[in-house]
Amino acid sequence: MNNRIALWTIIKKEVYRFLRIWPQTLLPPAITTALYFLIFGKLIGSRIGTISGATYMDYIVPGIILMSVISHSYSNVVSSFYSTKFQRNIEELIVAPVPNWVILAGYATGGICRGLLVGIVVALISMLFADLTVLNPLITVGVAIMTATLFSLAGFINAMLAESFDDISIIPNFVLTPLSYLGGVFYSVDMLSDFWQTAILGNPIMYMINAFRYGMIGVTDIDVQFALLMTAGVVVGLIMVCLVLLHKGVGIKN
Amino acid sequence: MKALSISNLKKTYKNGFTALKGIDLEVEAGDFFALLGPNGAGKSTAIGIISSLVTASSGSVSIFGHDLIKERELAKSCIGLVPQEINFNQFDTVLGIVLNQAGYYGMPRKLALERTEYCLKQMDLWEKRNTVSRRLSGGMKRRVMIARAMVHQPKLLILDEPTAGVDIEIRRAMWQMMQDVNKQGTTIILTTHYLEEAESLCRNIAIIDQGLIVENSDMTSLLARLNVDHFVLDLAEPLTAKPELDGCHIEDFNDKTLSISVPKSVGLNALFEQLTAKNIKILSLKNRSNRLEQLFMDLIDSKTKGNAA
Repeated sequence: MNNRIALWTIIKKEVYRFLRIWPQTLLPPAITTALYFLIFGKLIGSRIGTISGATYMDYIVPGIILMSVISHSYSNVVSSFYSTKFQRNIEELIVAPVPNWVILAGYATGGICRGLLVGIVVALISMLFADLTVLNPLITVGVAIMTATLFSLAGFINAMLAESFDDISIIPNFVLTPLSYLGGVFYSVDMLSDFWQTAILGNPIMYMINAFRYGMIGVTDIDVQFALLMTAGVVVGLIMVCLVLLHKGVGIKN
Repeated sequence: MKALSISNLKKTYKNGFTALKGIDLEVEAGDFFALLGPNGAGKSTAIGIISSLVTASSGSVSIFGHDLIKERELAKSCIGLVPQEINFNQFDTVLGIVLNQAGYYGMPRKLALERTEYCLKQMDLWEKRNTVSRRLSGGMKRRVMIARAMVHQPKLLILDEPTAGVDIEIRRAMWQMMQDVNKQGTTIILTTHYLEEAESLCRNIAIIDQGLIVENSDMTSLLARLNVDHFVLDLAEPLTAKPELDGCHIEDFNDKTLSISVPKSVGLNALFEQLTAKNIKILSLKNRSNRLEQLFMDLIDSKTKGNAA
């Protein structure tokens, strides 16, 4: 009962935080992705033709939606938890009888909510440019939730280890963005040379984008079952890492 | 019942600095306890460990019988902490800060709202409940932290220099509040640099220096150990020369005042007999220094000299 109330308190606080600043959190992805759809989908895509039987616009919609989910679930947790550390109001949670798993679940849920909400906003924007289809809702929603969870947890780890505001921008700028763009959002793995077809297998985001694309339009470059298992495995691994960091008090306790 | 029981508590930080060298401390339930010491003595480390903000290197802490490691959540639920520095979200409203804290302690919404209203009214902050906290004055921010610490009705309230930097009016109001809370049964541990504050509020005291408890007793016995009092006498007429007073030491004098140290063995009656005999008329007198401050300095000085030897 006590833990449930504490968890609900953290979730409400986190969701209220990003809703309160919606011009910074929800509006920019709507504008950015509208531009993606317009430039890559409409203007350039019309000259590219089809990929695996799908129009280029239909092909890039799932990737762009999931890319938004990834970046916003990550940035929500990393900025919120680091600010909590920076302002020292993490002490409110450490002093209170709140178990570590509740702290983690609360912040991760905040990130998942923002990631999914941004995903919905982008999906709605995509409807202005393409017919949105969801062939397998279970896989589509499942992959979106798992991806948002994975990157919320990754953002949490980044925030715990960060010692300055610079540290929370390094991973999104130099790791997440390149991996997202190179993860097959705008192209099929088949379009790459042999070397890059092998190299891209080391990019975890490629698996998630392909599984999500499979859920929406039934097109994938990889084995969806493997992608789902891999994502679930990484989520479990990241949960463990987060709990160990919290138990040790890394970055939040002396 | 012991509100707090600390045994052989040690803390060495990663940089090698040993803040606590093995302290033992017990605070009875219902007590108003002062934990004093100079800067860097180990007070904040001790409070940090009690409130789980700092991890101890070794030793044990139990709060109302609950071990801080083995029964962490039960132990934590007994504590309310008012930290030295402002540590709430500066973008939250006053109401949000206190209400969230009630939620972290698992308080149902209805009760949380009632307790939040009560605590904010006690701290004279109810009118400011919808104000974003960064717009509050320094004194108000401190009161927000006290309201936040009290919202879950802790059995042990730890106040780490709560009146630092606040004006005398707010300080006095805080003293009254602390006394009221203590009378209602809450055990209070207070750290402060205002020794007058500790002397007037606390019943028991521990002095910590260089990571060790150098004194731990009740306030009355401690103050009784002071065998010399220092007074400033307001003179009705200027003195023509430095007076000779048996058993007393004249520290300073001018046209209006006479500063004097009086051993307890001499006493004020003997002093006034001598002053009357010498036709020195006194309008009023006051303690030149706070008694606890004198003892505190004596204890710290003797410890420093002991280490130097």
